Amino acid sequence: MIYEGKQKIWADYQKEIPDDKWYYVRSCIRQNFFPASERMFTEIAGLLGKDVHETPHHTTCGGIAYHCDTIPQETVMTIVARQFALMTEAGYENYAASCITSFGNYAEILETWREYPELEAKIRENLWKACRREFNKPKYLAHASDLVYRWRGEIAARAKHLLVDHKTGEPLRIVEHIGCHYSKMFPSKGIGGAEYPYVLCGLIESWGGQVVDYPERRHCCGYGFRQYHIQANRGYSVSNTHKKFESMEPYHPDAIITNCPGCPYFLDRWQYVIAEQTGKTYGRDGFGIPVFTYEELAGLVLGYDPWDLGLQLHQVAVEPFLDKIGVEYDPKAKYLGLNKEDILRPGLPTVLKCF
Amino acid sequence: MLNKKVLIIGGGIAGMEAARQLLLLGREPVIVEQAARLGGHVAGWHKLFPDMMPASELIDRLTGSIEGATVYLKTRVAYMNRLKDGYSIMLSNGTGLQVRAVLIASGFRLFEASKKEEYGYGVYDHVITNSDLEAWFNGAEDKRVPDRLQTVAFVHCVGSRDLKAGNPQCSKVCCMTAIKQAIEMKEKFPQAEIWCFYMDLRLFGKKYEDFYINAQKDYGVHFVRGRVSEVSEDLEGRVVLKAEDTLAGNPVKLSADLLVLMSGMLCDTGTGTLAKMIHTEVDSDGFLRSRDNIYRINESRRPGVFFAGACTGTKTVPETIAEARAAALGIHNYLNGND
Repeated sequence: MIYEGKQKIWADYQKEIPDDKWYYVRSCIRQNFFPASERMFTEIAGLLGKDVHETPHHTTCGGIAYHCDTIPQETVMTIVARQFALMTEAGYENYAASCITSFGNYAEILETWREYPELEAKIRENLWKACRREFNKPKYLAHASDLVYRWRGEIAARAKHLLVDHKTGEPLRIVEHIGCHYSKMFPSKGIGGAEYPYVLCGLIESWGGQVVDYPERRHCCGYGFRQYHIQANRGYSVSNTHKKFESMEPYHPDAIITNCPGCPYFLDRWQYVIAEQTGKTYGRDGFGIPVFTYEELAGLVLGYDPWDLGLQLHQVAVEPFLDKIGVEYDPKAKYLGLNKEDILRPGLPTVLKCF
Repeated sequence: MLNKKVLIIGGGIAGMEAARQLLLLGREPVIVEQAARLGGHVAGWHKLFPDMMPASELIDRLTGSIEGATVYLKTRVAYMNRLKDGYSIMLSNGTGLQVRAVLIASGFRLFEASKKEEYGYGVYDHVITNSDLEAWFNGAEDKRVPDRLQTVAFVHCVGSRDLKAGNPQCSKVCCMTAIKQAIEMKEKFPQAEIWCFYMDLRLFGKKYEDFYINAQKDYGVHFVRGRVSEVSEDLEGRVVLKAEDTLAGNPVKLSADLLVLMSGMLCDTGTGTLAKMIHTEVDSDGFLRSRDNIYRINESRRPGVFFAGACTGTKTVPETIAEARAAALGIHNYLNGND
């Protein structure tokens, strides 16, 4: 691997990301999967003194239905137009999406409107007829991981833990997995482009870890919308995930970091299914490879309690990783809720080692 | 005096062969070449298809036959102004010329393979281009070529017939070059498995089809019809290709010790500047526009300005040589007032 070759490509795909004043929209599914991640994003923004505004009035962007081919594109565009109207009404110009598919959806719609202004005019009319709203298009569009990338140095400056083995000082080996809709459709919209995205590599490098590049790095996590949502296709979904784990296994990664709603879910949950089906696990000593969202990893670096980050909801046990980077945690508190009451323990898998 | 001297811009095989012919016709060719040596791309090539003639043999032969020509190396045309009946030219070395006829033989450049990011040129350790491989055949050291080769893959049409890469044109010579290089690799590494990934095989010339059949029958080269979608690197540093075999209808995954990218031909970067200088036109394919593409491909729309070789489009070596001869004769007739 020629690192300088990648650096050259990364330099070609940098985009302007304002440091501050963002209108933030959450994903429609992430809070069910990794409930503290988006909360952690706003927490980090507050900690760093950034103006990140959100409103409970926003809705889904329609992206899942769009990529499942169950909704007309003009309907999706009108939903998105309403989101932009909320941003405009709140007095913001920069729009940050928590979800990769939303980000791709917004990027595609803005590009479509640029190409076909008459369509934009029609959507403006639709929105006015539907809810008497008007909107400005965002001056800047970013995915929330772009902002964490922008702030990575400030986070590193406040780091309580780095992505290194705290006993040996060796950098941990981290796999980065980018959601397909981040830059595969529009390489110039993503930091680092489509083939060698840098957005998560930048976080790993800034926080002391070592990026693992492996043959199936670009491969889909296995979600793929219809691959999973149609029950008959779920074997295909898990086989894609299996392919990725078989490919990354020889590199012995310590963790995986992702920036998509679906990817961490499927990379995490399917490890249980693969273990049950094949008897194989990919971490050390019967554990899996822990999978983190970028907000969770940022939270750990900043010293947040892992149970406040919602890591007890992961399928793959995170404790071996916490031990490596030297995070102190109370194992007994893992399944205590916000009010410190026992939230009950999940059943344990037969193969994948968990706590 | 104006009738004797002919300026030839470009010292590749087109410029050299035209100079040879012009000398035979009693003219005084002046070759201006921006590189430090004559011969252009062919001078860096190892063997030429389909006869496997050493490229050096052709270059030596041409070099020996133009000793009477004036040659300026590492020199460019700085200015070129139209006169009433000719052109006034200032070279970057300070030499001034006045001529009635100019031959543009500025050739082509290879597509920058790193622009096809998915193939990993400049990123993965064992990815090279057709040009790199020719240099290695000629003895240049290249650490990207392993000492032992079990599997070698060639990807055709890198930056050719590719709208996303900005070049929809066929580069014409890459299919045959890949087959030639596959045969040469097989001769060097008889145990190696050689795979060629192609869109179409465009084997239009004399002996080309035979050459292709021999590559399969005599050398066991494998041909897969399908574009490579992505390249990565495994733990041992081997190159991993993903493609689709569109004849078998199957996805293909191949680990190779070396990947060779057949970079396509684009018009030389300086040609646009040159075209502006002489007020001639660049065609929609980026190459210089001939007066027409059937009968007067050697002629520009400017009086006294002629073309030869790959400045007007992709050409094979024999086509380039033939065009150079035609251009020389055209210039001779023009200067004699017989055009």
